[in-house]
Amino acid sequence: MSNEELSRNQSSSQTQGDQMQYVITAENLTKTYGDVTAVDGISFSVPAGEAFGLLGPNGAGKSTTMKMIGGVSQRTSGSLSIMGLDPESHGPEVRAHLGVVPQQDNLDEELRVRDNLLVYGRYFGLPMSYLRPKADELLEFAQLTDKAKSKVDALSGGMKRRLTIARSLINEPRILLLDEPTTGLDPQARHILWDRLFRLKEQGVTLILTTHYMDEAEQLCDRLIVVDKGRIMAEGSPASLIREYSTREVLELRFGSERNATIGAELEGIGERLETLPDRVLIYAHDGEAALEQVSARGLRPVTSLVRRSSLEDVFLRLTGRSLVD
Amino acid sequence: MSVLSESHNPGGHSVTEAARNRRFGPMYSRNVRAVIARGLMATKSSNWMVMLSGFFEPVLYLISMGVGLGAIVGAVQGPGGQEISYAAYIAPALLAVSAMNGAVYDSTWNVFFKMNFAKLYQGMLYTSLGPLDVAMGEIFLALLRGLLYATGFTAVMGVMGLITTPWAILMIPASVLIAFGFASFGMGITSFMKTFQQMDWINFVMLPMFLFSATFYPLSVYPQSIQWLIQAMPLWHGVELLRQISVGIFTPATAIHVGYYLVMIVLGVMLTAGRLRKLFLK
Repeated sequence: MSNEELSRNQSSSQTQGDQMQYVITAENLTKTYGDVTAVDGISFSVPAGEAFGLLGPNGAGKSTTMKMIGGVSQRTSGSLSIMGLDPESHGPEVRAHLGVVPQQDNLDEELRVRDNLLVYGRYFGLPMSYLRPKADELLEFAQLTDKAKSKVDALSGGMKRRLTIARSLINEPRILLLDEPTTGLDPQARHILWDRLFRLKEQGVTLILTTHYMDEAEQLCDRLIVVDKGRIMAEGSPASLIREYSTREVLELRFGSERNATIGAELEGIGERLETLPDRVLIYAHDGEAALEQVSARGLRPVTSLVRRSSLEDVFLRLTGRSLVD
Repeated sequence: MSVLSESHNPGGHSVTEAARNRRFGPMYSRNVRAVIARGLMATKSSNWMVMLSGFFEPVLYLISMGVGLGAIVGAVQGPGGQEISYAAYIAPALLAVSAMNGAVYDSTWNVFFKMNFAKLYQGMLYTSLGPLDVAMGEIFLALLRGLLYATGFTAVMGVMGLITTPWAILMIPASVLIAFGFASFGMGITSFMKTFQQMDWINFVMLPMFLFSATFYPLSVYPQSIQWLIQAMPLWHGVELLRQISVGIFTPATAIHVGYYLVMIVLGVMLTAGRLRKLFLK
């Protein structure tokens, strides 16, 4: 399915006729730093109201793409349009539409919690009469009302993250850029954040999200691209990617570290695909239980076995490989 | 609870919608005010000590060298040939040095730190602010601080009986002129810096300029070639300008000193403006 068809399917409920309402269009977007090509000719379009994910290992070019969308990093070539504007020639105007949650919190440590929101709003040229009630509303949203007068460095990691997200909403953005929004958060904080992001999506905010948590991508994204070494490896909804690049179920077998490597030959022919890892063997199959019965029928006795549904993680690892990336 | 509910009314929220519909170039959003307001708020809620130390530094020099060393130096010849105390001789020079130091610190180390460590500018530049708003706001704040210091130091000179003419009040705006010259250049130079080691080069230039720009003794002690070198440096013009103002004696050289700084400001602003993308957008 082509890029355009996918987008059309996703938002056919929102738009009538042929005219798609893309809020972001990137074509052949490329960024090089000296000899290093961080982003290597990627193209994608995001319709209004979609939650769009950029997945990829470290150094895949996700953050660089985010920076180019915000107009704070200049592209080397290709074209980019945000709300119909080029972020390079209309940086301040493009960013008036954006809310940005960077990978690392860059809250203003010299200001108190509520002042962070007020001052940030001033950067957008918004009047105090609007900002005062808005700041209180956002503190409520981020569950930080009782911290309004605290210093920023007294907040926990989760609180800082929520404040950063609250801050990104001060200008009522149409597009929210979230660069690994939940990295470093505990499970409670992550779930609170997901809940907040869901609500924003319900209100029609377009979410652009980078993450390397596959469960997060499955939870939040309508559609995503898997990026590796600056290129798009795959594109689609989480479900369609699993259908396309993995099987319905995965059978995980452990024969002990010694035998895992050699057992592969004996398992040949079971399931659709076999993957041998140092600690376990993965059999990709439509029916995991049936595959397990075939294993037993061959007289093989794994130490442990587990049948599970295929996840986006399987897709991700298949596409981007299992070797460590720095 | 609905955080963005208002933006979904037909026509959108008037305030945020209006903010979105403003049109700017790529670098400037006519919102220097917001950067200045942030700076004032940060100063209010955080570091008073840093502010105070910046004020006391030239005062301590003045007491130690002017009063202490002055006791053995005695009276010296002022700009018009008249006899003045050693303290009165070095006080305007110390004011010029303090204007230079403050402006250079604010436009180099401070900008470098906020850029690379506090990540303050990254946050700012993801809003409607353009790099030029940030640069102008920071330079304005540096000059405002310089104005306060100059006013305080001039008052101290008055209390110590080192002021003999009403013209001396002009040292305050002249100090701001000097600070502007250094600040506009400093920020442009910072755009070339990548590491702390490179930042140290700034001190390497500043310290000799402080010691040798006729700060503590007249230029005439040097051989001619060294004199020319010193006279090419910006600080010497600042020292001479303030020294002339402090005793109310103006010569054609006064215009040259002022002109030197006007040219420096123009070139510095051009340099910084041309380097804004390199400084803030990478």
